[in-house]
Amino acid sequence: MGELVLNLPALAYPALAPMLLLFAAACAGVLVEAFVPRGARNAVQLVLSLLALIAALIMVVLRAGKVTAENAQTAAAAVSIDQAGLFLQGAIIVLGIVSMLLIGERTLETGGPFVAQAAITVGSELDRKQAAKESGATEVYPLALFAIAGMTLFVTANDLLVMFVALEVFSLPLYLLCALARRKRLLSQEAALKYFLLGAYASAFFLFGLALVYGFAGAVDFRAIHASVNNSPNNVLLLIVGLAMLSIGLLFKAAAAPFHVWTPDVYQGAPTAVTAFMAACTKVAAFGALARVLYVGFDGLGWEFTPVLGVIAVLTMLVGAILAVTQTDLKRLLAYSSIANAGYLLVGLLGGGKEGLSSMLFYLVAYGFLVIAAFGMLTLVRDADGEATHLSRWAGLGKRSPLFAGVFSFLLLAFAGIPLTSGFVAKFAVFGAGIAGGQTWLVLFGVLSSIILAFPYIRVVVLMWLNEPGETTPSVSIPGALTSTALMIGVLVTLVLGVWPSPLLDLTTNVSNFIR
Amino acid sequence: MEPTLMLADAAQAPVVFAPATGLLSYMWLLIAVPAVSALILLTTGRWADKWGHWLGCASVLFSFVLGAGMFFGLRDLPNRAVQQELYSFIPVGNLQVDFGFLFDPLTACFVLLITGVGFLIHVYATGYMAHDEGRRRFFGYFNLFIAAMLLLVLGNNYVMLYFGWEGVGLASYLLISFWYGRPSAATAGKKAFIMNRIGDAGLVLGIFLMFAQLGSVNYDVVFSNAGLMPTTTILVLGLLLLLGATGKSGQFPLQAWLPDAMEGPTPVSALIHAATMVTAGVYLIARSNPIFSANTTLQTVVVSVGALTLLLGCIIGSAKDDIKRVLAWSTVSQIGYMFLGVGLGGGAYALAIIHLLAHGFFKANMFLGAGSVMHGMNDQVDIRRFGALWKYMKITWLTFMMGWLAIIGIPPLSGFFTKEPIIVAAFARPGWTGWLYGLAALIGAGLTAFYMTRLFILTFHGPKRWTTAKEGSVDQHPHESPPVMTIPLIFLALGSIFAGMLMATPVAQWLTPVLGPPTEEHPKMGHLTITVLSLVLTVAGAGLAYALFRKGTALAPQPAGPVVTAARNNLYTDAFNEAVFEKPGKWLTRALVFVDNKGVDGLVNGLAALVGGGSGRLRRLQTGFVRSYALSMLLGGVLVLGAFVAVQLGWMG
Repeated sequence: MGELVLNLPALAYPALAPMLLLFAAACAGVLVEAFVPRGARNAVQLVLSLLALIAALIMVVLRAGKVTAENAQTAAAAVSIDQAGLFLQGAIIVLGIVSMLLIGERTLETGGPFVAQAAITVGSELDRKQAAKESGATEVYPLALFAIAGMTLFVTANDLLVMFVALEVFSLPLYLLCALARRKRLLSQEAALKYFLLGAYASAFFLFGLALVYGFAGAVDFRAIHASVNNSPNNVLLLIVGLAMLSIGLLFKAAAAPFHVWTPDVYQGAPTAVTAFMAACTKVAAFGALARVLYVGFDGLGWEFTPVLGVIAVLTMLVGAILAVTQTDLKRLLAYSSIANAGYLLVGLLGGGKEGLSSMLFYLVAYGFLVIAAFGMLTLVRDADGEATHLSRWAGLGKRSPLFAGVFSFLLLAFAGIPLTSGFVAKFAVFGAGIAGGQTWLVLFGVLSSIILAFPYIRVVVLMWLNEPGETTPSVSIPGALTSTALMIGVLVTLVLGVWPSPLLDLTTNVSNFIR
Repeated sequence: MEPTLMLADAAQAPVVFAPATGLLSYMWLLIAVPAVSALILLTTGRWADKWGHWLGCASVLFSFVLGAGMFFGLRDLPNRAVQQELYSFIPVGNLQVDFGFLFDPLTACFVLLITGVGFLIHVYATGYMAHDEGRRRFFGYFNLFIAAMLLLVLGNNYVMLYFGWEGVGLASYLLISFWYGRPSAATAGKKAFIMNRIGDAGLVLGIFLMFAQLGSVNYDVVFSNAGLMPTTTILVLGLLLLLGATGKSGQFPLQAWLPDAMEGPTPVSALIHAATMVTAGVYLIARSNPIFSANTTLQTVVVSVGALTLLLGCIIGSAKDDIKRVLAWSTVSQIGYMFLGVGLGGGAYALAIIHLLAHGFFKANMFLGAGSVMHGMNDQVDIRRFGALWKYMKITWLTFMMGWLAIIGIPPLSGFFTKEPIIVAAFARPGWTGWLYGLAALIGAGLTAFYMTRLFILTFHGPKRWTTAKEGSVDQHPHESPPVMTIPLIFLALGSIFAGMLMATPVAQWLTPVLGPPTEEHPKMGHLTITVLSLVLTVAGAGLAYALFRKGTALAPQPAGPVVTAARNNLYTDAFNEAVFEKPGKWLTRALVFVDNKGVDGLVNGLAALVGGGSGRLRRLQTGFVRSYALSMLLGGVLVLGAFVAVQLGWMG
């Protein structure tokens, strides 16, 4: 036994440093909760989180210059911090920083968007008291950091068990974050519970799939799985069913139909800043992991699963687009749009090859900034009951606040894929990759669904500009410095990636290789 | 597929454009100046209200002057075409798209039309919109439109064209909806948006198909290799491009939005929905002439769309009583002539472009004339309530008359020189189809004469039928518009008179490097016979309209036979769209919503209700229950598993 203990795998600390730093900062955040006086906690937590994220980002960037095929894998090849992995980590951290700015916003309402003590019964005397006075929980910062750290591990996991652990590490904080809304607490708690139950359900699929794959390959790391495809004496059905179940677990996180059902409820119920975080970062993590599973672990199957995943992509695009048309709540509308976007991402992914991967990476970044900015805008339209997200309330907003409505219209046009926004380039890239990969039918459905999807966006634009504001039209709050910064970053990136996308496209092309 | 390899094998001479030098290397300024002006107009505050509209005019005039300079700069170049690549827009692997411009004879024609006519309409609009508090913003959108339209015609690849395409669509959408208060304006904007999206989808798919087949979307590569694509691919590609063209140009089956778009201010109708944007479809086909010329089936489809639309537009135009709508349907019909031209191919490409240029003058002239009439008549648009206006607005009357004579093709006005050759070319089509399309074009000429004369007579002649205060409306005191509006009218009227005569031959030669040389026509009947026939038909149509309407008309719609009723209802094309596209779409959406929110849930609840409980929970705010979500995930999971296994075992082929 003693020998076994001594045979710990070597750890390449420079490669793991960003993750370790984030986990350490999250733990430090927990300590801050315990030792720093209440009044100073918010500031300390915010600065700590942002500094940790920025430091992690710098480490990722520095690491990107040094990574080679030889030194990419560490911890007995359990994690593979390769070029693509570093890009995904970087994307998650950057989007995490921007979302953190939204999460840190405290000026829009007294105490911020989070409840002080989530455990207090909704509607009780205590609850009314805390709603009126107490400032929001600062535990959200370490929770978000844990989630981000988990995601960075998730996208570099080179073995199914590590991937599963990372999945749980980033999911659990997200469930909690969903429950912490200050307003409409019942809705928020319901969202969290739904997300938790269904998330656990999806994890079970993933775990079951993991077991079956292990049954076939006798190992859980991608290199062994890849090698076993042609060599294992076991029935290949084990592998196929295992892959299907793994995909279900991952497609759940990616919000692809028919595993999308949780998305609208959770996006609507969660605090908007958390929704923005989920829509941007979880998407990157889920697709990063899905790409790694398909490209690295199951590449040997010759992509025979493409038709099945293609049907899922088509279904996802159509369900997202068509249902977005009838939504009357902006958060739900964006939720369905996020579902449809998962479909477009799948088109890029299934395009296969370097082009498919690079177009997907580009799309993830472009969409992440866009969606964070859009949800950030939603936090600004408020009335006495908090955010006014019902569509009818936005009628005539263009007359009241032309700047706000102008920026939001721009974002909606980007969602609709109008040229000179990042939305156009991103869609063009994934559809181009789909065509190049011979998946013309997917592109056909992609173009069709994006036509349908343009309609709900434009309806919002029309509603804002072409209606007279009524007495109940809510006011647009002046955003604080944090939200302004987040919005500015989101809008700028959307514009720049629309006009001059080649640097990022070059980068995604260069990093599009996983190390097996 | 390696494009370079294919280039070497190409049977036809590869298309090569010279790099831009000198003045021509400033092409980007053509677009940048109106775009910057739009930005200034849209972002500055009220303090810019005083001079904003003049800035808008000046930026377009600048582009016109610059464009004219470049036009002359082209003359001495070998194939009269230059291109310039600014930067690489999308540089991924096989997917190479540049941000680049192309300036050749075809582009030059469009640049001069867009900026020239555009400038006159801008000047007119300073007067027309003088009392509108949103004038500065209006000019901002107007400049934005000009910039986008120039981008459309200046791009050196299809993606650039698509940028402009979306841009003009957006600007048009904004300008149609400009009159916020009116719900009909918003509805019209929506309709334009949907129909254009359908067309755009065709264009996008076409671009992707090009990329898949040729690995490039640049004009030079695509045109050099067009002949090497398989016949079916060319056909599909052409049909997709045609779908895009019909959407933007208001051709069958996507014609319904164009007349509704007249809800926008009149200068918008003149600039966007008559002179420039709606001709983008013609530009697309003429630009893609190597693709369309490569497949005869494709050409037949284009010709059929053109012929059908030109008749459709004439018939519906004859039954409308709204001055702008008559003009709108006449636009649909005239663009039908242009589609007929570009579909015929060969020398008729140039004929279509010449007709397009002439049409830009006389239609803008008449739209602005209609605006001038409305200006003097308290925004009345019903031609049944005009009459005898020639006494009160002499300049408008005379200029409108020039437009009227030009469009019906009375020599020596421009329509005669530009429409006639298209009719002749249609007759020259080999086989019985020559008769079919030739006769369609000929009948169209007669019908055009009828409805345009009806419009002219009812508006300017006959007894006064103005609204009065007694019948609950206002008393009319018609008056001539201010000089800032009439001067552009006079210029456009001069264009309507002389443009055709001056342009017919030189422009055809000018366009030779792009569209091929003019061809000898051998029509079914003698050239002279056709000319005489069409003149006789024109005079007959005009005479009939004069006889019927010189004494005015009833003030309200009269009961009519099936043909007129059908024409009043746009030949039931709207009803057709509703039945075939809208209703199934709505049903599909409803069904999906039902399944998504209630379907699985309903199943579970139904069962629960059967055993006597659970129905109370339906009152909850959220319709979704976790258990039904989980159930649908499970069902989906089982299906996915089954599909994976089925694919693996080869059950799905």
